[in-house]
Amino acid sequence: MSERAGGGVALAAPAAAASISVRGLTKRYGEVEAVRGIDFEVPAGEIFGFLGPNGAGKSTTISMLCTLVKPTSGTATVAGFDVNHARDAVRRNIGLVFQDTTLDTYLTAEQNMRLHAELYGVERELVGPRMRQVLEMVGLWERRRSAVATFSGGMKRRLEIARGLMHSPRVLFLDEPTVGLDPQTRSSIWTYIRELKAAEDITIFLTTHYMDEAEYCQRIAIMDKGVIVVLDTPDALKASVGHDRVTLQTDDDDAAIAEIAERFQITAQHSEGAVILGVPSGEHFVPRLFAQLGVPIRSVSVSRPSLDDVFMSYTGTTIRDAEASAGEQRRAATAPFRRSR
Amino acid sequence: MSAATREEPIRSTTGASAPVASVHVPAGSLRGDVRAIKIVWQRELIRFSKDKLRMITSLVQPFLFLFVLGTGLSRLASAGTHGVDLRTFVYPGVLCMAVLFTAMFSAASLVWDREFGFLREMMVAPVRRSSLVLGKCLGGATVACFQGVIVLCLAGLVGVPYAPLLLLEVFVLQLVLAFTITAFGVMVAARIKQIQSFMAVTQMVMMPMYFLSGAIFPVSGLPAWLTILNRLDPMTYAVDPMRRLVFDHLRISAAARKALDPGVTWWGWHVPTLLEAGVVAAIGVICLAVAIVEFSARE
Repeated sequence: MSERAGGGVALAAPAAAASISVRGLTKRYGEVEAVRGIDFEVPAGEIFGFLGPNGAGKSTTISMLCTLVKPTSGTATVAGFDVNHARDAVRRNIGLVFQDTTLDTYLTAEQNMRLHAELYGVERELVGPRMRQVLEMVGLWERRRSAVATFSGGMKRRLEIARGLMHSPRVLFLDEPTVGLDPQTRSSIWTYIRELKAAEDITIFLTTHYMDEAEYCQRIAIMDKGVIVVLDTPDALKASVGHDRVTLQTDDDDAAIAEIAERFQITAQHSEGAVILGVPSGEHFVPRLFAQLGVPIRSVSVSRPSLDDVFMSYTGTTIRDAEASAGEQRRAATAPFRRSR
Repeated sequence: MSAATREEPIRSTTGASAPVASVHVPAGSLRGDVRAIKIVWQRELIRFSKDKLRMITSLVQPFLFLFVLGTGLSRLASAGTHGVDLRTFVYPGVLCMAVLFTAMFSAASLVWDREFGFLREMMVAPVRRSSLVLGKCLGGATVACFQGVIVLCLAGLVGVPYAPLLLLEVFVLQLVLAFTITAFGVMVAARIKQIQSFMAVTQMVMMPMYFLSGAIFPVSGLPAWLTILNRLDPMTYAVDPMRRLVFDHLRISAAARKALDPGVTWWGWHVPTLLEAGVVAAIGVICLAVAIVEFSARE
């Protein structure tokens, strides 16, 4: 069915290995440099995660790749098309799911899907079958005739994902696809994303600030203060940290940090009401710590490196601390809007 | 990768055997833009049809003017109307009012769309912004025209005959007016982020537009300042020809005609009906062009 005559065939992009290719991409807002000359490539068919605290430049980067924001300098190609010079071609080949809903809640799920299909010029005879396929994928086929206003937050997000897939994009951009959802819904969204990856030949580019979700990505880039600090597979990143994390609760954290530095030559950090330090072998370190530390210890835990540790070792802070104040305020300010519809 | 490589069977999570449907989005074309215009237009109609409350509320004010004000003031005004029912006199103006209010509300939905995010779905689509704006204006015009038709159905109640030609001509005029007002509203909505501000602005614009248009008074022999304002009001050029069409179908004295339907003049020259309609249409096209420029400039 895809062997069509006419304009469609000409659009097929050159078969490039990289689905997304970014060179020196920069965005400046006045004095503020939100994205500072980043480079990376995403091969076709990968689930690629963009990780970082709010304000790190993730959303600005995704907006540039989706042609919603013009780069100050640098180039990027998405699905083989230049975001600066072939805006509509890029748009035809990408699916977008934003953090905030962009559904028309007055319309039914089906009407939203059809509207999207018309805007993207999906061939008429394919609209029905394709809609059924993507709505079944997210488990909303039975609810297609319900007004979107009656949907829960998780259902709306699923519908947005289905709609983003309606025109068979080659790259699907998901900006914080699970933010604001309960854990169960979050995990079901991830089930859909993985099934989608198995079912369709598609590259998935997503941003998240949930560390546990980053594990699902084939590769992740950690972004902080406008630059990519590291890019690799989750396993390689964890291995690169190379040590266990010891978390202590003490009676006097400051004294403990000073004493650890003096006795063990290890820099401990204070985070989230605990003292955190990295050591090559946690289970051997803890007995020595108990024997030598003068400050009373109330609890201790040792953990293998997680992406949290990766983030911490590359940015010097936990992701939650990094975004604590600004991020929470921003979400609190927009939350009523999200919930209301 | 060519489209053909994307035909692997797709596993369905529900177990139902969905047919494979991989879609290829065609390059931008006139057909694509026409589809975009059509679906944006259709969306306006669907939303309007689901909003029964709006259908009724936007008719309240015209009805108040026609039946309450028209009936209540008719005895007071009877000396000056040469035996013509005041309601017949204000009827064309009330028709324009119904169109004005509905068209403005249609344009206001654009501000809602922005506030609730849907505008973004349209703005990121690979179609021309002009198609989206045009679809929106046509949708608003259609909806406003529908309200106009409801008022048109009431013609018999206020002594206006149901002459097919009259109905057709009035219909065309109100269609032009509906389009112009929607385009004007969309032009304003392009710059306004909050619905409260939009409502405030439109109230500030709509009421003067209505009162200055001659919808409730004849436009000759006015004080100079009012004459100037009247001639500058785009609504004037919709109300005046509509009244002329209605009066053409009434059996009334020449004196009544002269007093109630003097016609709009520019420095003593009577502006012909077609030119009046042209003025309204031209303003609509200008507003549409400005709206398209405004929306195209956004990223």
